[in-house]
Amino acid sequence: MKLKPREYARRVQRASPPSPLGKDCLWAFFVGGGICLLGEVLRQWYLAKGLEWELAGTLTSCTLVALSALFTTLGLYQKLAAKAGAGSLVPITGFANAVVSAAIEFKTEGRVLGTGAKMFTIAGPVIVYGTLAAVVYGVVLWGMGAMV
Amino acid sequence: MQYFWAFVVGGLICVVGQLLIDLTALTPARVLTGYVVAGVVLSAIGWYAPLAEFAGCGATVPLLGFGHLLAKGVKTAIEEEGAIGILTGGLTAAAAGITTSLVCGVVCSWVGKSHDQN
Repeated sequence: MKLKPREYARRVQRASPPSPLGKDCLWAFFVGGGICLLGEVLRQWYLAKGLEWELAGTLTSCTLVALSALFTTLGLYQKLAAKAGAGSLVPITGFANAVVSAAIEFKTEGRVLGTGAKMFTIAGPVIVYGTLAAVVYGVVLWGMGAMV
Repeated sequence: MQYFWAFVVGGLICVVGQLLIDLTALTPARVLTGYVVAGVVLSAIGWYAPLAEFAGCGATVPLLGFGHLLAKGVKTAIEEEGAIGILTGGLTAAAAGITTSLVCGVVCSWVGKSHDQN
């Protein structure tokens, strides 16, 4: 039996499972939103303790990173990530998870070239290109200031 | 209300990341890198500070906020110290988060066992 391409595409679409896109997005929304909500709760708590605005924000990030490291070490963050996708990847907890899971995963390759090097597999590019972009911004900003 | 907007804005930023992963060929590492650079750009053109004001951790906890932190750090450092701030501002502002991640990584590698990634 010969099928025209359009007919073939139609049959493939009918036979394949429904797109998980909607489900993925719901998971990402609720988990990602939940992590940000947790951050906001922490921040308000630090603010209520009388900490300065900047310091409260910094401590919130550090607390989230430490919590993420704990849950990564227990193997729980990975389970969440399998469902939540970008919801657990995009918040700073995802950055911490990438660092900590690689540090644990590659310790069999040694302290230096295993843990020490591989924890930068994802953190490295993030820091490199983030810093690069910030320096470009700084040059532009400084240049504009110098011209005025 | 602050909690509500933190949840909604943070959730939406993650949904955009999910769409990028599902609908394009971008790997998670590229999405993260892209988010940080996008955060720097959005902060540079002055859009991110109002969002962070409005949504609190909904804007600062996603990695876009990390980019915003870098850009804000550079801006503040240039205002206070001049040209050297171009080089010192970004990582100084981000130092706490990065250092916590690295220290946690090493400490956790002492106690942690490798888990199935799935």
